[in-house]
Amino acid sequence: MFDGYTSSELTAIFAMQGFAGLSLFSVYVLMALGLAIIFGQMGVINMAHGEFMILGAYVTYLVSILFAEYMPALFGIYFFIAMILAFIASGLLGMFVEWAMIRHLYKRPLDTLLATWGLSLILQQIYRSTFGAREVGVSIPDWMMGSIAVTDLVEIPINGLFVMAVTIIIATSVGVMMYRSLWGRQVRAVVQNRTMAGAVGIDTGRTDRLTFGIGCGIAGVAGSAFTMIGSTGPTAGQLYIVDTFLVVVFGGAASLLGTIASAFTISQTQSILEFFISGSMAKVLTLLTVVGILMLRPQGLFSLKLRK
Amino acid sequence: MTKRPESETSTTGPSRRGVLMGATAAAMTASLFTPKTLRAADFPTAEVNTTGLAVTDDAVTIGILHSITGTMSISETGSVQAEKLAIEQINAQGGILGRKIEYIQEDGASDWPTFAEKSRKLLVQDKVASVMGCWTSASRKAVLPVFEQHNGFLYYPTFYEGLEQSPNVIYTGQEATQQIIAGLDWVAREKGAETFYLLGSDYIWPRTSNKIARKHIENFLGKRVLGEEYYPLGHTQFNSVINKIRLRKPDVIYAIVVGGSNVAFYKQLKAAGIDMTEEKPLLLTISVTEDEIRGIGGENIEGAYACMKYFQSLDNENNIEFVKAFKEMWGDDMVIGDVTQAAYLGPWLYKAAVEKAGSFDVDKVREASPGIELDTAPEGYVKVHENHHLWSKTRVGRAQADGQYDVVFETADLVEPDPFPEGYQ
Repeated sequence: MFDGYTSSELTAIFAMQGFAGLSLFSVYVLMALGLAIIFGQMGVINMAHGEFMILGAYVTYLVSILFAEYMPALFGIYFFIAMILAFIASGLLGMFVEWAMIRHLYKRPLDTLLATWGLSLILQQIYRSTFGAREVGVSIPDWMMGSIAVTDLVEIPINGLFVMAVTIIIATSVGVMMYRSLWGRQVRAVVQNRTMAGAVGIDTGRTDRLTFGIGCGIAGVAGSAFTMIGSTGPTAGQLYIVDTFLVVVFGGAASLLGTIASAFTISQTQSILEFFISGSMAKVLTLLTVVGILMLRPQGLFSLKLRK
Repeated sequence: MTKRPESETSTTGPSRRGVLMGATAAAMTASLFTPKTLRAADFPTAEVNTTGLAVTDDAVTIGILHSITGTMSISETGSVQAEKLAIEQINAQGGILGRKIEYIQEDGASDWPTFAEKSRKLLVQDKVASVMGCWTSASRKAVLPVFEQHNGFLYYPTFYEGLEQSPNVIYTGQEATQQIIAGLDWVAREKGAETFYLLGSDYIWPRTSNKIARKHIENFLGKRVLGEEYYPLGHTQFNSVINKIRLRKPDVIYAIVVGGSNVAFYKQLKAAGIDMTEEKPLLLTISVTEDEIRGIGGENIEGAYACMKYFQSLDNENNIEFVKAFKEMWGDDMVIGDVTQAAYLGPWLYKAAVEKAGSFDVDKVREASPGIELDTAPEGYVKVHENHHLWSKTRVGRAQADGQYDVVFETADLVEPDPFPEGYQ
């Protein structure tokens, strides 16, 4: 397939393809981080993860309208404010859901699957009744669209760079919070042994609520960022949920590093295969690879060493 | 080239002149602008309804069956709105055979078994005289056995892949060859396109359509297809294929991406620095109506070409009236896509068929349907073919930043529907 191309053209294509792989990687990390916290750390199978993302997307949509209407001069920077609000909105909703529903189900993890699936249907219908069944168009500030021409042939999409930057910031802050802060220590203590954690004076209920809230908040930020590359509609969350679980499970549910490694593996496999064969076949082969590896390593790529 | 049904006679399959004469005749007989007010008393219920349908002395009940909830509601809402508008307008003109149309609306909930169940309810329990409904091919395939078993009559609005012809369905949208061939001919002739890259979501409609497109490009136009590929429904990452397209440098990207993927595809295409207004490469789609542009954003698809039979911007009297009435009923911010217009034709075609037959009996309506003409359709003159599809013009529009299409081409004649195209399978 490379006949008749000069070496500079090929280099350019491979450079852009490499970037495409990296940007897919950051998309996967961003969408999986929130779930890695909720599913990985808390063991809650949150089927409504996609809907928390879409809440963030709708918040972005609303903020974009507000800015376009009342503060057109500041439209260029509305996205940052939207992301913060998306985090707060999804996080608050997450904490409410944890309080009203999830906390009653910690001892019945499989039931969380049904309950959160029901929640996802309810949220979808709420979005549909509020914003209409049609997808909404979120207008993105001009400076975030288009591409940077590195050379004549190599063009790097700005929104890809932006998603990457967001991913790095979120992933770093989650890492720092998890392994350097009091909250992180408490979360890890509760995960490892809930009863003992309670016995040494950790408010496990509060920790759970905060953890669930932060996981959902990160989903909201991801949803906000994805308005640049995807659609915003009542059911758009469903587009992400399978890939998200795939990344988290493949990485080894309890390990954040595993999530990142798994996102990297899956995105690179996918992106390289997509380049050489058709999209649907690429997806099939990627899934086959994942299934194969999970058969050899059922615990996922990385796993915590725990005394059972 | 056309495989015709056995019942085809020389009176159908009109030549160009035949169509024009037909148009004139229709203007005289079935014109909707000068409605003849038929009185129900002249058509006693016992005579016009011999099979126990829900027809009374002053009303006829029909069904509306679309998804109001679930994934597909995004697309089907417009169809419901158009059908209700048509019903209201018909009632304002005195109804069908002097009877007001009443409707029972059921929700298919984007779930194909639900469609089948609801259609059975409409036909068996409610005894509706006809049904306006379905959107996806999957939902139509699900209700088809029910309609054939209970001898119901369905008006189906979506452009679709063809390869179907049921005595119990009138297809008011275009089948694949009508929509595809004219567009490909145009792009080869007007834009000098030599090479094509075919792309689609991975299910029956894009695959069948691209098959037809590929055969036409290679066998009839003598041009080259550089690549053909499919992405799962809901796929959101198109950077790899965009790079591949850059590498192959086709003259035309022929895209049949649907749903949420659509938004992702066009946003990423734009972000990757492919400016469609420069037409290098040119993008031609058959899956993006004005409805979809609302989600994609006009600025992200500006310059792309779409090939279908109707655009909201069509400049003719019927359409101006239609757009105005639609917005009055449903709000100023509404947009009208191809399928919405096709759905609007359903009740009108039903009225014309019933009045031609002088009866609500499904068998008589079916017999009367071929040859029915509408010269008041927003898309212009249409006529029902023996094979239950519509003769219609095909048009190419160019997407504008404001989310509307600028019509740049339309076929001189009506294009014959050909659901089983020979040489394309």
